[in-house]
Amino acid sequence: MATSTEQEAAAGPQPKPPIQVLYCEVCTFPPEFCEFGSSLTKCKEWLKEEHPDLYDRYYSEEALQSKMGTMSLEQQTKLEQDAAKKEAKAEAKADAKMKKKLASQVQIKRIQRQKNKYVTAIHGLEAFDIDLKKAAKLFAQTFATGSSVTKNLQGQDEIVVQGDVSDEVFDMIRDEKGVLKGVPEANVELVEEKKKK
Amino acid sequence: MFKKFQPSTDISGQTAVKSSIQRSIRAAILSQWKVDSDTFESIWPKKENITLVKCRDHISIYALHGEPLFFQHFDGPFYPTLRLLHKYPFLLPVVRVDRGAIRFLLAGAHMMCPGFTSKGGWLPPPEDALSAEAPVAIQAEGKEHAIAIGITKLSTEDIKNVNKGVGVEVITHLGDDLWALQKV
Ligand SMILES: [Zn+2]
Repeated sequence: MATSTEQEAAAGPQPKPPIQVLYCEVCTFPPEFCEFGSSLTKCKEWLKEEHPDLYDRYYSEEALQSKMGTMSLEQQTKLEQDAAKKEAKAEAKADAKMKKKLASQVQIKRIQRQKNKYVTAIHGLEAFDIDLKKAAKLFAQTFATGSSVTKNLQGQDEIVVQGDVSDEVFDMIRDEKGVLKGVPEANVELVEEKKKK
Repeated sequence: MFKKFQPSTDISGQTAVKSSIQRSIRAAILSQWKVDSDTFESIWPKKENITLVKCRDHISIYALHGEPLFFQHFDGPFYPTLRLLHKYPFLLPVVRVDRGAIRFLLAGAHMMCPGFTSKGGWLPPPEDALSAEAPVAIQAEGKEHAIAIGITKLSTEDIKNVNKGVGVEVITHLGDDLWALQKV
């Protein structure tokens, strides 16, 4: 302690530099915590590939031995079982989500409000993890028109854009403009709602 | 605090912060954290304006260039985000839980006294004891980087003596919804 204070006094106060922490690209945790996440197998593959030195540090035989620290063998076994269970669960969840995504539809609806006035309602983007507020903003900017997130009659969120921009919106989704990413073209449908006479 | 926190619905808006308020926030943090003003200047330079991200339940997150730096609940203490603490691990005093407590912590549980008093845990010695309601960095046995940030519910000496019940409430931890919020 004394030496660092002396150094500081000599050189004047210096900001302490930040530590650059490495985070796992799979689970976002520092790699030492991957074992507690729900994707250990993938995390290990990534670490072995990208940082083999760290891989040895965390997963070598000795590391596994010393890591147990004050835990009993029983606790450690339980932990490993939990990790495997968690991983299986996370995979099943991801699968289910993917299936749900593939089955989801995005609907672009052209709605006639008055004789010459249309609005375009876009429904279902959230199933593809698209931020509706950001998408609404993108539409507003692209078409220089009003665009907002509202609830439809069924209580579901949808984006309503002023004017008939349904074909343009379809193109934007197909071309994955901005935040509009990850919707297969086959899952987008264009529909028309005529004004009731 | 950040359980089931959904940015799309739980963030109500972002606003600029008046410079007089920014000054008082800066002063409060310098008095609350273990950081010198030069280092804090490199975390949040004086000429840079911070953005207030208003959230549900009176949570205020403060961000610089879209990166959450610290947050506050009502007018309680300022907590660094865990990512900021990883960069500057000395910002808060440290306590440590044993390895057995890690999975409970990551599941969102508060930390019971025995997790700190067992062999793998650690609390500051009596001369550096912390009072109740002190923000702390929570380390974990055998790990280099902090796993969570919490607030003591008992003084660290009481945690040792009482040794049951919740010793430290977890405010934010690895993998919670604040951790997931890398950009606002
Ligand atoms: Zn990982």
